[in-house]
Amino acid sequence: MGDQIQQKESLFSAKNRRLITNAIGKDNPITVQVLGICSALAVTAKLEPAIVMSISVLFVLAMGNVVISLLRNTIPQRIRIIVQLVIIAALVILVDQVLKAYAYEVSKQLSVFVGLIITNCIIMGRFEAFAMANKPWPAFLDGIGNSLGYGMILVIVAFFRELLGSGTIFGWNVFEAIGLYDLGYKNNGLMILPPMALITVGIIIWVQRSRNPELIKD
Amino acid sequence: MQDLLNIFVKSIFIDNMVFAYFLGMCSYIAVSKTVKTSVGLGLAVVFVLGITVPVDYLMNEYLLKEGALSWLGAEFADVDLSFLSFIMFIAVIASMVQLVEMIVEKFSPALYASLGIFLPLIAVNCAILGGSLFMQEREYQSVAEATSFAIGSGIGWFLAIVGIAAIREKIKYSNVPGPLKGIGITFIITGLMGIAFMSFLGIKL
Repeated sequence: MGDQIQQKESLFSAKNRRLITNAIGKDNPITVQVLGICSALAVTAKLEPAIVMSISVLFVLAMGNVVISLLRNTIPQRIRIIVQLVIIAALVILVDQVLKAYAYEVSKQLSVFVGLIITNCIIMGRFEAFAMANKPWPAFLDGIGNSLGYGMILVIVAFFRELLGSGTIFGWNVFEAIGLYDLGYKNNGLMILPPMALITVGIIIWVQRSRNPELIKD
Repeated sequence: MQDLLNIFVKSIFIDNMVFAYFLGMCSYIAVSKTVKTSVGLGLAVVFVLGITVPVDYLMNEYLLKEGALSWLGAEFADVDLSFLSFIMFIAVIASMVQLVEMIVEKFSPALYASLGIFLPLIAVNCAILGGSLFMQEREYQSVAEATSFAIGSGIGWFLAIVGIAAIREKIKYSNVPGPLKGIGITFIITGLMGIAFMSFLGIKL
């Protein structure tokens, strides 16, 4: 009944566009919703795995959101979580096999974290919070938005860690090219190590909340 | 025996699930506001890991990995079902967590009430699935090794979450800058704890 009264929304109406822009900024899955942290920290030692990981999550989240949204009225309440897990697992197996076939080196670097996309809280979180209650197209956009927000943080952290830690970007030796090593600069080995990923994300949160004081909470 | 002890100590300090591999971070950050809930969740994680990893190990040995099905007959010797690992592991984990939830509800309703939503959330805690996936990747040679790894990892996670909870309780009375309050400072402190745990890297047993 409600659907008939609602006006047909254009594909890229302001409301739909906000699904994407919100998830990148004020409702960022990593820095605001505090989801999906595990993989964000683990795969960001270099830019390449970080980008491959973001693309994998984008695929699983967007496709998964659409599937769940299409099925939302037929999934029985009691086995909801199991159905969601099965759908995510199937999509992740797809991604894993594709990566092993076409990007073997990167898939070795990502090791168990491709499988861990299954337990990535962003995906289950968005299924529950959005896809279960919305139509397929908004669900798809929500999936894209959250993955872009996730990917953005991953790229920022990976950029700093790779640049300051190994002096390269995508494997291309930047500092050597501009002659910084000749001046006595040395790579900061600490940046490649796991703890610095945590501290980098902490600093990103600091910057984001300083610019948006309404996000501050205890 | 030496091997088992080695794996055990390594999983607690050097291959610590939180500080070296960032597993289970979401519930780690969400639940560590008080020490009490952290102890409860930490123990639940140790228990669930201690059960699911050995079970997944047996499943991997005799069902999933390449050549595993040879006990059924020679014609199955080159069947490789490892692509099913994700679904099988997650199925085992989901059922084990359901079991733990029922046991906790029966024997300690207070703990059940204080853990609330986080108990079922252990099913999607990456630490649990991560434990099984690492076990598979590292190709341990026996159930004993897998169990030693599982309990060690669980205790490592337990130490991490109780540690950060204790610190967070104390810094509630400190002058943390506004934007850093809550998760910002938690991330930075966890990073510092990680650097501290790296001092264990030189241990030889």
